[in-house]
Amino acid sequence: MEIDYAKIGLKVGLEIHQQLNTRAKLFCGCPPALFKEEPEITFLRRLRPTQSELGQVDPAAFFEFQKGVKILYEANRATSCLVEMDEEPPHPLNMEAVEAVLTAALMMNMQPIDEVHVMRKTVIDGSNTTGFQRTCIIASDGWIKVGEKTIPIQAASLEEDAARKTGEEDGGKIIRYRIDRLGIPLIEVATAPVIYSPAEAEEVAFAIGRILRDTCKAMRGLGTIRQDLNVSLPNGALMEIKGVQELELISKVVKYEVQRQLVLISIKEELNKRGIKKDALQQQFIDVTEVFKQTRCKVIRKALDKGCGILAVKLPLFSGILKRELIPNVRFGTELADRARFWGRVGGIFHTDEMPAYGITAAEVAALRKATGAGEEDAVVFVADNEENARDALKAVVERAQEALEGVPAETRTAKEDGTTRYMRPRPGAARMYPETDIPPVRLTAELIEKVKAHLPEPAEKKVKRLMREYGLNEKLAKQIVDSEYGLLFESVVRESNVAATTVAAFLTETLKSLKREGIAIEKVTDNQIRDLFKAVGAGEIAKEAASDVFVWLSKNEGKSCQEAAAALGLKMLSKAELAALIDRVIAENRNVVDKLGAKAFGTLMGVVMREVRGKADPTVVNTLLKERLANR
Amino acid sequence: MSEEAESSGYKGAALRALKKAGCQVGDLIRITKCGKAYEGILIPRSETADAEHVVVKLKSGYNIGIRITPDVEIERVGKGAKPAFASPPLPEQKPELPRVVILSTGGTIASRVDYRTGAVRSALSASDLYGVVPELADIARVETEIVFSLYSENLTQQHWSQLAQRVAEHIARGVDGVVVAHGTDTMAYTAAALSFALQNLPVPVILVGAQRSSDRPSSDAATNLIAAVQAAARAPFAEVAIAMHETVSDTSIVITRGTKVRKCHTSRRDTFKPVNATPLARVHDSEVSMLTSEYQKRDPAKKLVLKPNFSDAVALVKFYPGLDPAVIDWYVERGCKAILLEGTGLGHVSKYCFSAIDNAVKRGVLVALASQCIWGRVNMNVYDTGRDLLALGVEPTEDMFPETALVKLMWIFGQTSDPAEAKRLLKANIAGEFSPRTLPEEFGFQGGDSHGN
Ligand SMILES: [Zn+2]
Repeated sequence: MEIDYAKIGLKVGLEIHQQLNTRAKLFCGCPPALFKEEPEITFLRRLRPTQSELGQVDPAAFFEFQKGVKILYEANRATSCLVEMDEEPPHPLNMEAVEAVLTAALMMNMQPIDEVHVMRKTVIDGSNTTGFQRTCIIASDGWIKVGEKTIPIQAASLEEDAARKTGEEDGGKIIRYRIDRLGIPLIEVATAPVIYSPAEAEEVAFAIGRILRDTCKAMRGLGTIRQDLNVSLPNGALMEIKGVQELELISKVVKYEVQRQLVLISIKEELNKRGIKKDALQQQFIDVTEVFKQTRCKVIRKALDKGCGILAVKLPLFSGILKRELIPNVRFGTELADRARFWGRVGGIFHTDEMPAYGITAAEVAALRKATGAGEEDAVVFVADNEENARDALKAVVERAQEALEGVPAETRTAKEDGTTRYMRPRPGAARMYPETDIPPVRLTAELIEKVKAHLPEPAEKKVKRLMREYGLNEKLAKQIVDSEYGLLFESVVRESNVAATTVAAFLTETLKSLKREGIAIEKVTDNQIRDLFKAVGAGEIAKEAASDVFVWLSKNEGKSCQEAAAALGLKMLSKAELAALIDRVIAENRNVVDKLGAKAFGTLMGVVMREVRGKADPTVVNTLLKERLANR
Repeated sequence: MSEEAESSGYKGAALRALKKAGCQVGDLIRITKCGKAYEGILIPRSETADAEHVVVKLKSGYNIGIRITPDVEIERVGKGAKPAFASPPLPEQKPELPRVVILSTGGTIASRVDYRTGAVRSALSASDLYGVVPELADIARVETEIVFSLYSENLTQQHWSQLAQRVAEHIARGVDGVVVAHGTDTMAYTAAALSFALQNLPVPVILVGAQRSSDRPSSDAATNLIAAVQAAARAPFAEVAIAMHETVSDTSIVITRGTKVRKCHTSRRDTFKPVNATPLARVHDSEVSMLTSEYQKRDPAKKLVLKPNFSDAVALVKFYPGLDPAVIDWYVERGCKAILLEGTGLGHVSKYCFSAIDNAVKRGVLVALASQCIWGRVNMNVYDTGRDLLALGVEPTEDMFPETALVKLMWIFGQTSDPAEAKRLLKANIAGEFSPRTLPEEFGFQGGDSHGN
């Protein structure tokens, strides 16, 4: 089905977050790096929702607190200090990061803020040890051109990245977070909601991404850039979608979200047609443990053995609705389950739309319907867990079912790798921000702004022309290089190595793109490794044909050198003497051919030699040497 | 601009521009500069900040500072809405629970944030406190009293006296325990002072503070306060003590005797460490457990002895290489009754200070010595310098670290002017300030990577 997005009134706004590769984190001297090993330091904390002046607390936050959720933080000495542990006040704002944001902001025609005030944005899911994220606006009110259209850029902010979740324990009562990522500077660029199609969303994100890379301060690799999308439809709702990790996924996420909202709207119409009223959906939970006493369903069996019971709720007239697919792998039942997981900390839910299945028999389903007083036209949702969790879960299920009568509930959703989204949490109310009094305001002086202006990166179009002129690249290759993540590396590689500019450009664009398509983790190879690789190629130590093999090996063996790669792959170039000996042997082995054809045997022998030395010798050297040996025979 | 707004930190050009436009803090204003308009709520400005910027909270919640130049236009768009805070109803007092009074000396052990202006308001009435830390209602019947509203560095000997008297009055009324909320910087001094001033206590007196202010979700204030109230209400001991985090985790609160505890880190939650002592008790999972058998027992029948007077004619002189001994002479001239030398190592100061010390002693000044090592015991018999100082009449102070020794001298001269009596009191163990044995584990502290759930 082709959707006319303009007609249905789609509006998308983007928020792009890019980690900055500064020497230190935003508020301390730690390096912006992650660790994979076991943590050296762990500590346990609770975060208490603070009361606002009006006596309000965030409901989701207070819910977590009341459940006694604790956070187990993991750290090591190489990547965190007392600042990330919230055991020391933040150091002053990292000016290297401020300059990076200013650079991007000026490239987007924005107006710098006179005096920057760092704010605390309340976040108490544990992802920040302080209970808030520090953030500040550096510039506002700019624009970029994407094709013919002008896209207003509302703000460029600088904020600290959050800790990353590494797991849960004790049925969700303890959440593990690793604080290595906490404090890495992030630039956030927000567009106005003036994007009207999935394809356009991707183009705009791409254009902003390129500007950020041009600052030379953008980190590379998976997880270093994250896009948040605001997607809204006039009859649907404003949806906040968090954490799209790849640019290429944006249009898919938007498409799926539109589809999801359209299906939810049609479900609403269907439910209204069936005549379901909100108060018919009641929080009446029935203990149906008896029904499953003899069950062969493994999940339920396990729960029963642990002493859990089974609680059920009837959703009147909902039969068939729960199996309606919204987007691939997400049915309406999935939406209910996601809510149940969040509010009830249960592993999942069962419902009659998917029965009989999972070892649950038709007889059990019949008994379940009987116990809950449900007819064929009704759906029944049930949960196997302890009483408290099961009640919270079913309460959330009923609330979500009630919302279905209204259409699309506004939510914060998280993006999956396949472009689908799942419920993350309710939309937070107005941003709870208050000043970070530990950090003095920073004046963006005219001198600072002039300094940044004087060093602005070259605009993309100008750069394409210059690369064509200076390096003899054709327009297509020049454009590809400028659009790629390696636009800056290209020139330094060409400058430092003895390799032709087109060879380097083709490698950094086409070769790497195809390697990525083959599933090679190209982001694991560092700029310095790429530089060394081309130096070695230029010096004749590694054949140009072997460059991609070396690259692949490096991506799989992090931290190793090109020389180690060449040795491991048996790619060491042959010395002239070795090559001469090899050629002499080939000539000897093919004596009858040589005798018959004389100098005309060259073509055949060249083929034989090249097959043997592939990647270990430069063809031009082989060519000269073979001619010489044939002549001197 | 009204007086209210003038008290909000603006001055100079910024204040004049705001006055001209008739804007007050909290108003919705629009500032137009270089063709761009910024609209938001006028926010108060830090008093130490410059006079050239106006701070506005944008609709997005961000604050920005806008530089006031002649071409800037300020407009008042609307009146700010005053937040209408409705105090939550006081939870029902459970008559079976012990009575605990929380005395506040300043700072914010509990607070609310005004997200509109960023102001942090302390919540110190009992009902406010229950609103912020509702758990308290299940532990004790809490009453509150604001004794002072001062940063702890502004407290002096007079404040210790006043505080000791307030505590004594509440104990006389029959409360089951007293909690004193205190800024952490000088909390150990106050704890030592109360330890000497409140003798033969029938119930515990627990000082408590926070290393992360209570307006932040990660604050240690509530956890510490809950534990302090728990201990005040139920602990079996009756001494003056400090309750604070044991490690960097929120799991356990450690309670340490007021004469044996010191702030040892500028910012960590577990900054308070016992010195030459083990902690008295630990609060973990709402349970108070004693960590030593040597403590004064809770006994409501005991009669409190109040000795609230302190002298301010006592000085601390820290010895360092190159110290000018004229400092000692100056204190003597000023009429100091006692000088505490903070010596090196086992208890030494350089020979070039000897004549100044000799003069002080001859003029009737009590000269005592504690070690700047903090941990360990003074012993002036090991080296010549120590023996010489003893011969000059310098009094060693055993295993008291300098701050406790200083507070003790202040208290002593609040009780007596008689040098012989002063010396007797200095050597008497009045509030557990001396321990005859120092155990190997009573040194320094281990870093906080334990979480012991
Ligand atoms: Zn750090």
